[in-house]
Amino acid sequence: MSLTAPPLPDHSAREITAPISASGQAWRRSLYRFRQSTLSIIGLILVLGLLVIAVAGPWIVPFPEHVTGSVATANRFRPPSVAHPFGTNELGQDVLSLVLAGTRVSLFAGLAVVLAGAFVGTVIGAVAGYAGGWVDEVLMRLSDLKLTVPGLIFAMAIAAALGPGLVNMVIAIAAGWWPGYARLVRGEVMAKKEEMFVTAARALGASPGRILFRHILPNVMTPIIVKMSLDMGFAILTVASLGFIGIGVKPPTPEWGALLSVSRNYMPDFWWTAIFPGLAIFIAVFGFNLLGDGLRDVFDPKARR
Amino acid sequence: MLVLERVSKEFRGRRSLFNSGRTVSALRDVSLAVDRGETFGIVGESGSGKTTLTRLILRLDMPTSGRILFEGDDMARLSAAAMRRLRARIQIVFQDPYASLNPRMTVHDIVTEPMLIHRATLGLDQRTRTARAAELLAMVGLAEQHLHRYPHEFSGGQRQRIGIARALATGPAMLLLDEPTSALDVSVQAQVLNLLHGLQQRLGLTYVFISHDLSVVRYICDRLAVVNRGEIVETGQAEDVFRNPANPYTRMLLAAMPDLPSP
Amino acid sequence: MTEPPLLDIRDLHLSMTSFDGEAHVLAGVNLSVRRNEVWGVVGETGCGKSLTGLSISRLVPSPPARYLGGEILFDGRDLLSLDEAGMRNLRGHRIGMIFQDPTTNLNPAFRIGEQLVDVALAADRRNPDILGVAARAGWRTRRRAARDVAVRTLAEVGITDAAERIDAYPHEFSGGMRQRVLIAMALIGRPDLLIADEPTTALDVSVQSQILALLAGMVRDHAMGVILITHNLGVVAKACSHVAVMYAGVIVESGPVAALLRKPSHPYTRALMASIPTSGVRRGELKGLPGQVPNLIKPPRGCRFAPRCAQAAEACRAGPPQPVDLGGGHMAACLKPGPAAEAA
Repeated sequence: MSLTAPPLPDHSAREITAPISASGQAWRRSLYRFRQSTLSIIGLILVLGLLVIAVAGPWIVPFPEHVTGSVATANRFRPPSVAHPFGTNELGQDVLSLVLAGTRVSLFAGLAVVLAGAFVGTVIGAVAGYAGGWVDEVLMRLSDLKLTVPGLIFAMAIAAALGPGLVNMVIAIAAGWWPGYARLVRGEVMAKKEEMFVTAARALGASPGRILFRHILPNVMTPIIVKMSLDMGFAILTVASLGFIGIGVKPPTPEWGALLSVSRNYMPDFWWTAIFPGLAIFIAVFGFNLLGDGLRDVFDPKARR
Repeated sequence: MLVLERVSKEFRGRRSLFNSGRTVSALRDVSLAVDRGETFGIVGESGSGKTTLTRLILRLDMPTSGRILFEGDDMARLSAAAMRRLRARIQIVFQDPYASLNPRMTVHDIVTEPMLIHRATLGLDQRTRTARAAELLAMVGLAEQHLHRYPHEFSGGQRQRIGIARALATGPAMLLLDEPTSALDVSVQAQVLNLLHGLQQRLGLTYVFISHDLSVVRYICDRLAVVNRGEIVETGQAEDVFRNPANPYTRMLLAAMPDLPSP
Repeated sequence: MTEPPLLDIRDLHLSMTSFDGEAHVLAGVNLSVRRNEVWGVVGETGCGKSLTGLSISRLVPSPPARYLGGEILFDGRDLLSLDEAGMRNLRGHRIGMIFQDPTTNLNPAFRIGEQLVDVALAADRRNPDILGVAARAGWRTRRRAARDVAVRTLAEVGITDAAERIDAYPHEFSGGMRQRVLIAMALIGRPDLLIADEPTTALDVSVQSQILALLAGMVRDHAMGVILITHNLGVVAKACSHVAVMYAGVIVESGPVAALLRKPSHPYTRALMASIPTSGVRRGELKGLPGQVPNLIKPPRGCRFAPRCAQAAEACRAGPPQPVDLGGGHMAACLKPGPAAEAA
């Protein structure tokens, strides 16, 4: 070897030429982990199916006029048949059409609730976790306050105050939805704040905003996304519950909970009017939960078992 | 270049209603002076106050008493703008190459970030920053095509090179090297030590090298200070300290050092 | 000399399956350990040293791991053909293990004493000599005896006031003290073989030398065989009687410490030693090791070190080199062993 100090170690170039996986590799790797679990695949298929139905809804519904409220009383309470695979309800409307059309309403409402809750919760949690001190104290006590009132009761109170309607219902549920995210994000932010790369950014003289948005938040996105997907099912269920109680969406908007609410009067004789909307709720909740579990495994394989 | 005058740091324990909080003294009366262009070693075991010292020099914490002067200026008296300029002059390389790089940023973003933060001082536009990032990567033995990869795609040694490139981005005069090789395998450590030495020769950098590994310190440092429980127990030319350790703690450390038998 | 080895690993092959494929992570490991021998297993990250240690106590999760061949003979019995129940009988009783991180291996919620007493009671079920109480003794008696054993063992590993400190919680102990507790825990069952995986890596040098001295004393007193897994050749020089150098799943060189360190004969061992800064080396002249550890999914043909070896020739890529005996048990798996043509 040479006696004078080389400016660079002569072999460094060779160390680098070893093939380094492209970043597409990372995706394939995640996909591989996802595929390891049959249940997550089932979840994904269910969720994709629901999305297709939600998007294509108006075009695939066999009786579009029933969805908009027209009735066919002559055809009341027909059991499932070829013409009406899910039967008809007390107004002679095709239950299949109503359930399919309800997918869009339920999915949209659930998504809106989760997005709004996650956004508000992330902002509040990030500020609380990063600022610490009395800011943290105030924000967290506020979220504790929310957690002391059962979510459904809280949503009912707000929905009752705002009046019926889809948007009002979403606001009502989301108003009680954020504390979970705030707590999650606060904890994650506090943990990430101590990470070495955050210290590195501080040593560079980076501003608090930069540290929070460039260094901390991107690193807490995965648990937020996982929670959102796990929450989707529960949000849909809550929307349906409000509909069932009769505070949420009013007929003729075909909302699963509202459908269920009307048909409970005709149980058990005309079981099909209740079973199918119920099944739809079940499938949506189940699908999103499985998907959420799968996503968690992909992002954090250590959390398995 | 860097002077610490009787620097002390105390941490107050958490105060509560019934408890006024105990103060823990992390550093006591530490004085040292680092000359331009030299490598100054700070040696100590865990809990000796090494970490506190780096945080004080980087001004992530303030000393309880004493002064820290960099290039003649008392850090405590600098204006915010002057402090920002100073941050560009002192940079740090961290111990853990896995934790000290943001996993969600590309190498390009990691290396250009210091230039972006200090753009007021450095005045580099976007294109120059990218060009300089490529230059820096070449300087530390990586290549331009690595710019758009993420940290997890690199080995420990390569990541430490990225960390060094980031530290050099603002054209600093001094690097604080906080155990830069202790997380690496010895064969990789040798490469990184040689890289650091080469960069020092080429760029005229001053190093403060913090380590618990005496053989590494002996290899890389001109002078050193041995820290024990927040106090400097011995300082001097590296070779002198190794040959004739004056302090009993230093002697104990040297005796405990797991060394290879000389061939 | 004629006594059969306590542990005899013969041609052990292990593979690990991941998304990228099946990696051949141990490719023909041979190692035999006798009583009173302290074997240092050294190598860099990913060389398979820890997997070798874990294989002996059968703690490698499988899948993804799969044993492709070879045997691990412990006292003449092949551990690879033993079932989990049989293995549990050996672990902690005849085979003791110490891990790197003394913090995570103690349960923070229980007092040190309770954890040691549990280990002692469990060990007593397999070897009633450990507590030395009659088999029909009540549990109160057994517990008291177990506590005595725990105190005695703690004292043995150099914890002063063991009788009082036994009721402390792990967090009240320093890192070095916790490592002593773990050693005590491993020793309670009076193992014949102790596997220590980087036991001092997380510790300060001053504490490290105390722990190493303690281990040496234990070997002497109990006639154990020890496998000390480490990345630090300095630790090997200080604490071991024998050393095996691993590279990419293969033991490239092994033998008595003194002979091997005096005459490193495999190019990898020499490169490793040249990477360590010693007093004679001038700044900037430290020799690193060019290149990277090979990908074990598609390992290099022939000698796994050949791609990084300055002396590699065509013959090296033909097939894995067989270990050559250099005398006195000093073996090197190299076609051209010896302090060969060192470049000027």
